[in-house]
Formats: sequence, C-alpha cells, structure tokens
Amino acid sequence: MAYADTQARKREEGIRATAHPSLRVCGARFDLMPEGAAWLAAERLLVVADLHFEKGSAFAERGIALPPYDTRATIARLEALVARLKPDTLVALGDSFHDMTAAERMSPEDGARLARLSRSLDWIWIAGNHDPVPPRAFGGAVMEELRVGPLTFRHEPRAAPATGEIAGHLHPCAAVRVRGRRLRRRCFASDGTRMIMPAFGAYAGGLNVLDTAYDDLLPGFDFHAWMMGARTVIPVSARRLEAD
Amino acid sequence: MSAPLHARELSALPPLFARWFASRGWRPRAHQLALAALAAEGKSALLIAPTGAGKTLAGFLPSLLDLASRPTPKKRALHTLYISPLKALAVDVKRNLEMPVAEMGLDISIETRTGDTPQNRRQRQRREPPDILMTTPEQLALLLSYPDAQEFFGSLAHLVLDELHALANSKRGDLLALGLARLATLAPGLRRTGLSATVAEPDALRRYLMPQPPEGEALSEIVVAPPGALPEISVLTPAGSENEEVRIPWSGHSARHALPAVYDAIRANRTVLVFVNTRSQAEFVFQELWRLNEDALPIALHHGSLSAEARRKVEAAMSAGTLRAVVCTSTLDLGIDWGEVDLVVNMGAPKGASRLLQRIGRANHRLDDPSRAVLVPANRFEVLECEAARAAALEGAQDGMVSRTGALDVLAQHILGCACSAPFDPEELYGEVRSAAPFRSLTREDFGKVVDFVSTGGYALKNYDRFARLRPNAKAEGDLRLRAASPAVIQQYRMNVGTIVEAPMLKVRMIKRGGRRPIGAMGGRYLGEIEEYFIDQLVAGDTFLFAGHILRFEGLAETEALVTKSNDPSPMIPSYYGGKFPLSTYLAARVRRLFAHREEWQTLPAPVREWLEIQAWRSVLPGETNLLVECFPRADKFYLVCYPFEGRLAHQTLGMLLTRRLDRAGARPLGFVASEYSLAIWCLRDPGLMHERHELPLGELFAEDMLGDDLDAWLAESSLLKRTFRDCAIISGLIERRYPGMEKSGRQVTFSSDLIYNVLREHEPDHILLRATYNDAATGLLDVGRVAEMLKRVKGRILLKRLDRVSPLAVPVLLDIGKVSVDGEANEALLSEAADDLIAEATRLV
Repeated sequence: MAYADTQARKREEGIRATAHPSLRVCGARFDLMPEGAAWLAAERLLVVADLHFEKGSAFAERGIALPPYDTRATIARLEALVARLKPDTLVALGDSFHDMTAAERMSPEDGARLARLSRSLDWIWIAGNHDPVPPRAFGGAVMEELRVGPLTFRHEPRAAPATGEIAGHLHPCAAVRVRGRRLRRRCFASDGTRMIMPAFGAYAGGLNVLDTAYDDLLPGFDFHAWMMGARTVIPVSARRLEAD
Repeated sequence: MSAPLHARELSALPPLFARWFASRGWRPRAHQLALAALAAEGKSALLIAPTGAGKTLAGFLPSLLDLASRPTPKKRALHTLYISPLKALAVDVKRNLEMPVAEMGLDISIETRTGDTPQNRRQRQRREPPDILMTTPEQLALLLSYPDAQEFFGSLAHLVLDELHALANSKRGDLLALGLARLATLAPGLRRTGLSATVAEPDALRRYLMPQPPEGEALSEIVVAPPGALPEISVLTPAGSENEEVRIPWSGHSARHALPAVYDAIRANRTVLVFVNTRSQAEFVFQELWRLNEDALPIALHHGSLSAEARRKVEAAMSAGTLRAVVCTSTLDLGIDWGEVDLVVNMGAPKGASRLLQRIGRANHRLDDPSRAVLVPANRFEVLECEAARAAALEGAQDGMVSRTGALDVLAQHILGCACSAPFDPEELYGEVRSAAPFRSLTREDFGKVVDFVSTGGYALKNYDRFARLRPNAKAEGDLRLRAASPAVIQQYRMNVGTIVEAPMLKVRMIKRGGRRPIGAMGGRYLGEIEEYFIDQLVAGDTFLFAGHILRFEGLAETEALVTKSNDPSPMIPSYYGGKFPLSTYLAARVRRLFAHREEWQTLPAPVREWLEIQAWRSVLPGETNLLVECFPRADKFYLVCYPFEGRLAHQTLGMLLTRRLDRAGARPLGFVASEYSLAIWCLRDPGLMHERHELPLGELFAEDMLGDDLDAWLAESSLLKRTFRDCAIISGLIERRYPGMEKSGRQVTFSSDLIYNVLREHEPDHILLRATYNDAATGLLDVGRVAEMLKRVKGRILLKRLDRVSPLAVPVLLDIGKVSVDGEANEALLSEAADDLIAEATRLV
C-alpha cells in the first residue's frame, strides 16, 4: 500500500497548501473542500452527502464483484478531513448507507473504523431514501432534518424557494469545455439561497446539473457549479456548462 | 485447370470423388491428398498454402471422405466443425462446399451458425446438429457453455480452423485455444486441420493446434503447398522526366501526388483493390479518385465505419464483378475469394511483410498466374519502407510472431463458461487449460487467482464469499468440483461472451462556425464515426483529417464531435494517426539495413537518393545497430531527434518517458512528436550541450531503467491504461458489456470503470485484473516490449550528432509537427512554402 500512502500524502500536502474557495448560503459561509465536503467554520461543522457505504458489495450481491474497497476509500477521506479540520459536528446528509443491509455486509474492520470515527465527534446521520433508518451500530444521532441558524440540512432538496437548504440526493456533477477538452466532475451547486452537495462515496455516479431534475431547484442559469479539481474547487457559471 | 489427369493420384481417392474431380477437369493437388492421407491415420495437420491453392477443399476433403463412406445415420451427429474469424467467410465457405456435395450427391448436411443466425434455428441446431457446422470462435465458446456440450461435441471427429495465422495471435485466439482444449476433453479422438497463409514460424501454429503435454511439446503434422508464382511488385514513384514538378513528399500519409497514377492503373485493369491503412485515408483516397473519375468508373468504398448493409452491398457488387475498384482498409485483408481482382494497390507503406503478402494474395486467386501489386509510398521514408517490403515479399520473408502469453481476462471468461456447462474440478481444468499452447506457462497459483476472481472478484479483502458466482458442487464426499451459483450467472456469461470490445465511437458532425452552445443545433452534416479516444486527445481548434476534409474540432455534444471546415495550413495537432499498424520489427530492421547499404540505393528514385546523400554529408546515416540522436537549435528551441524505427506506438511511449527525464534533468522539454521512424522532442535547453557537459549523458537518458519508476508513474495517470482496464474488465466479466440501446452509452461506462480502476489501483495494486491490464498495455497501445528491446539493442551504441541546424532526415518528423496534408490547392501551396523553408535549411550545403 506504499503507493497509495504516498499518493494520499502528496494530495494532502497539496490541499493544505491551497486556500479554499467559499460560498455563502443565506449569509452563512462554507469553505468547499476538494474531497467534496463543505466546512461551516463558524459552527465547526462539516457536511458530507451520499456516502453510499457498501455500494460495491451491493453490486457483488448481483454478481458484479466490484473491488470491495469503496467503503474504506470513503472512510479514509473522511478521516483525513476530520484530522485536518477537527470539526465539532459532522453531518452526513443521507444515503450514507447504500441500502438497508449495508451495515451487515461491511467488513468488521471497516465497521470498527467507522464507529471509531463517528464516536470521535458529534455525528449526525440525516435519513435518506436509501437509508430511511440508518443503522445504530456506528453511534451518532439520527435526524430527518437539522436546523442551524438560517440553514436547514436535509437529504432531498425541495422545490424553490427553499431558503437556506443544504441537501444532497442528486449527486450533482457538471461538465465544461476548457479549450475544447471536456471535463466532467462532481460539483457543489448553489445559487446563494441553497446548496446541493456532491456525492462523497467512492463509487457514487453523478447527475448533470443541467438535467431536468434540477429545474425546480435551480431554475434558469443563475447558479454556479463548484467543480471538484484535484486540489481545489473551481466555481463555474451555469451558463458555461454543458449537458451530458 | 485442364492439366492432364494423373491416374495414380486419382486412384488415391474413392471412385465417386475421382469421377467428380475428373468431371470438373481438375486433378487433386498433392497437398489435398497429403492432408486426406494424414487424416486417414487420425493425425492433425497444419496446411500452409497460398491463396488460390484449393485450401478450403483440402481442409474438408477428409470430412467428405469420412461422411461419404458411412451408412446413412438415423440421427445426425456433429462430425465436422469449421471455425473462421469472419462470419462472412463461414457463409462463403459453406456455399463453396455445397457444390461438390451436391454434385457428388452426398447425403451431408451443412449449416452455419453466427451471431446472425435466428434464435429458433440455433436451438434446433443444438437438438439436431448438422454433419458439418460452420461458425466463429465466439459461437464455439457459447456452444461449449451449454449443459449438453458433452453430447453435442462428443461425436466430433474433425475440426477445421481457417485463417489460423490471423486468429492465433490475439485474445480471440486465446479464447479459441481454450475452446480447443475443451474439445480435446469432450472428443478425445478429434483431429484438427489448421489452414494458414505462409508464416515465419509455422511451429507456433503447429503447437497451437495440438493439446500440449505437461512436459515437452506436441507439434501437429505440417503440409506445405507449393508457393504460387512469384508476385510482380512495383513501387510507384513519380517519374521525374515529364513532370519535374511532382516530387516525393517529405511527410504526410495521403499520397495525393500519386493518385492520378493510381487512377490510370484502375483504368488499365479489370478490377483493382486499393488498400489503405486507416478509415480516414480510405475516405480521402475514395473522394480524390472520384474527383479524377472522368470515365465514371464504378469505384466503391469499404471500411469498418460503414454500416454492415453498405459493406454487404459492396461485397455483393464485387462478387458480381460489376466494380472496377474498391478502396478498402484491412477489413478486406481476409475473406471471400474474388477471382476477378487483377491488381492490388497498397497506398502508403505496408507496415509489415506478412501483411503485404496477405494483401497481394487478394489479387488473382488463380495459383499459377503471378499476383500483381503496386506499392504507393506517401513520403520519403515510406519509399524506403516500400522497397524493403518489396524485397521481403519477393524473398517470401515473413514478420516474426511475438509469441503470445494467454490473457488472464480471457481465461476468466473461459472458466465461467466451463462452470455454466457443468461443474468442474479446478485441478482437472488447470491441466486442460495448460494443454492450450498460449497458456502452457500458466502457474497453478495464477490459475487459482483467476478462479477466485471469477468466483468472488479475487480480492485480498474476502468480503464477497457469500455472493460467489462459483459454488462447491459437493454432491459426494471428496467432490471438489465448482458449479455456477445460479441461472443468473449463466445468463450473465452468455450476454458477455467474446473478446471483441468495440471502441466507443462518436459521430462527427459538421456545424456552422460560431455556434457556442451547439447542443440541439439541428442540421449539420453527419460525416461518419470516429473513435472516442482520438477525439479525447483533441483540444478545440485542433484540426484533423476526416472524410477527406481538414476539420477543426469545436467540441463535444453528447455523443457527437462537432467540427467546422478548416483551411488552416499549420494546424496545432501534431499529426493524424498515419497507420493503425505499427511498422513490424522485421521490416524496421530491413529499412535500417537499406540505410546502411549504399549499393542497394540504386533502386531508389533520385530525390530519395539525394536526400540520403545530403544526410550523410550534413549529419550521418542511422546504422543497422546503433541509435542516431541529432541535436540542433531551431527558432529559439533545441530539438532532439532520434531514429529508432520502432513504430509510432513505441515512439509515443518513448517520448513520454524521455520527456519526463529531460524535465527532471532541467532541459525544460516543451513537447514531442512521434512518427513511425523517428521521435522529435523540443526543449528550451540544448540536450546535446548538456550531454557534452556531462550534465545529462545520453547513455543515461536512454538507459533501460526508464521502464521502471518513470513508466509506473506515467501509467498511473495514463488514460490509455484506463481504457485498457475497461476492456479487460469487460472481457473478464467484471463489468457487463453494454449493447446498443441499453441504458448507458460507452462514455458513461468509461466513467464508472475509471472510478473502479482508481479504487482498485489504490487498494490492491497487485490484483490479477490490473496485472492483465499492464500485460495488455505493454504489448498493445504502449508497445513497452518494443521500447525495452530497442533500449537493450542500442545500449552503448548511441551516436550523438550535434548540428547547427535541422538535418534532412529530421525534416519529415518536424513537418509532422505542422500537419499531414491540407485541403485545397491554395493550402497545398502554403504548406509547400512552409516546407521549402525547412528543406532549404536542411539541405543547404554550407
């Protein structure tokens, strides 16, 4: 695993050395992390969405034996973020577990690692459609919604206006052409009144923000996609984006 | 064909057959009788014969003799299986075989089974097999995966493998080899006949045919038919006498200058096959020929991007003899016999001696008349390559085959197929797999890993045991067999069988200039389809040649590449892929030899000879064993040009690796361009000077250790490797093949297999599927093996020549930085001007 360690260290160094762009939702300032997490420094609160633990094994159940390392890849990125930012609270915005039996399929090693992490701070599992009842084995509180000042954290975004809503569910990604080359990345999508978070899980796919599913959420082109680069997050105006 | 009949030869055949030969006015050929005699002894054999030598009849004669002598059966059982790489060939051979069967009144049923065969007929064929079945490697794999495989194949007596030289050395060949090993178990008395064109190492195919013993090796018998008449091959170079203006281009692949002469050749012959190396070249040549086609001769186009229907139409017209010429790619290298072709034209260099012989063989299938071929070099290097290829063809010399190690992803597919048919004992199956020649050196450990992979993904983290696709059979004490876990697993296998993974294609659509967001912009001309990976390398504004136009790449919209027409004479993209096939090692050696032997230059046209003379005077000529490296300044940059002659793929890999090293050494490289023959890298500092100051000795720059860490580091990020991984993941059955109309496009599959690749590489870099991927990349797109051999060959033999300006030999690759060829006369003139400056600089004597 020496290779993986070196890569992770290089990446970590790169991330530390970079100032993170921020966006404001109803005045609350979030720093956006290239791993796909948002950091509400004022509350020392870290938000991630759609972890989809054990998506790999869900496929394995159907005869497609994807590498069983998605859970630990996802946990490792969470651990690195927690170590770097030292949050008081972590909010997982639903669909943290790919399905209702995900916890049973998780390797004991990964399970112990997740429990250790979730018990090291205030951990809030927001219920999602994949995990309406998140497993209790890993500690933390389960909530349908969480309110913090002007902000509401929930899994599934609601039609506009939804002032101050921080949600996941849709796995937003955006595509843009730079000098003709097409780049497609996961992204944060925000118009200043709400934010839709990118999926954090290692095997989670993406749905383009220009898809009709976003029509009632981010109407028109008055929003930005904060696309995830290797070391930083890059805001791109919706007008510049491409559909899939 | 009305040679006098030899009574002795005919007496070797039963009267019915002898009468039939006589009635056609034929006599059986010696190799046909030899094969029949070997078959009568139950022996397997490889037949090497040129086209037109009656290969098909030779292959089937033993079967016909067998079947004619048996009593009429109550229920037919499969007697002979014929396997060809092309389904069209299977259909054609069936037609050819039906003639003698009908004329001798034999009671023999012959059927084909391909991807086009309707479902109900396929089911009926399994219940009521014909005597002779014509099929493809993929269909064999499918048939072997049914529970009734033992019953179906148990009666099999004879196996005919057609075009074996084209099949054996590929992943398809690996799959077929595993199928043969299976058949040897199901039908132990089976005898095999392999039909092949001439090859450099027939022993490789003789091994391929035979089940290999645990120790030593088994070779089939071999029968070699007498070669046909020596081909007549000429190299087309513009005559200097009347048309002094025509010169042999310094670079480019279009051979536009030669097309009037090619058109004249079409006019002067009955039917001409015009072979080109790429699809876009086919489009270009086709269009240019029609521009010249004042007589409105029926000239057609045939290549892999055309719809199957369009191709079938051309093939039918060709069979009917109504065409005067077909411009085609390697899609017609193999295939149906068209007796009427009397000239083969090969546009550009043939890239390999064997490929050339194969193509030449497409002309004149009458054995005793010489085939006629014209080679049309598109540039000066290609003149040398064509001369080398011509000499090789006249000697009958062949390219060596890189001996192939069976691919592990194909093995995974085969193991699952075995489980679908019946429970298998891993130990027994390992023995059977090792009897297939490509898998002879497979270790028990690796075999075990592949079985684990098939079952649970084979990961170090044992998390998937309860989802295993293979389950212990455990019918009795000591039953170690494994079986498919569920009908769903079997279904999955059948949907994904085969080793051909279509490259995702993008439509190329011409739009109006200026539309910034062209999605939904209706209209725009559809020009054809191009590989996604080619488009992925482009940046907006790059230009490339497609459908005979210079196109400016504007961007992507869904599955379409949007382009506008361009007339930019100095486009940004270094060069279009000149030929899909890299220059063969054998031919490369011959080209190097041609450089070194002045006495052989007499065959070369004067401009090429002068080019070499000036190179010798201004710099030095590359030798047979050394590596020439030239360094010179030009326009604020310093160029390093080397001449390995190892083909474009290997040069691209070398370019990537050298650029990394130069960067580390502080030479500040800016870019590189690779051609079939040479590699040019440009830097801000002078690598030649750095060598002389011992800052960067060239011996170190070209040291073999670049294939270690540098290669690994580069591979980690290489999109080539991700693409290779995707193919391996599909063939091995890790991810499912997508069919047209299924929910996801190839683009999205690429995306998700990239995620899997990243996670797997990070957490289990030694995984068996990653090993399969590296092996593939090393022999395929990256050609690492060839880079390694070259570095070893030139170790201690690097010849540095520091020059004050560009050398004549470096001009072609530097022109590639500009462009291939351009559209329209005005641009041609512009390009010529640009070239003139460079050439004047290169050839100035003081």
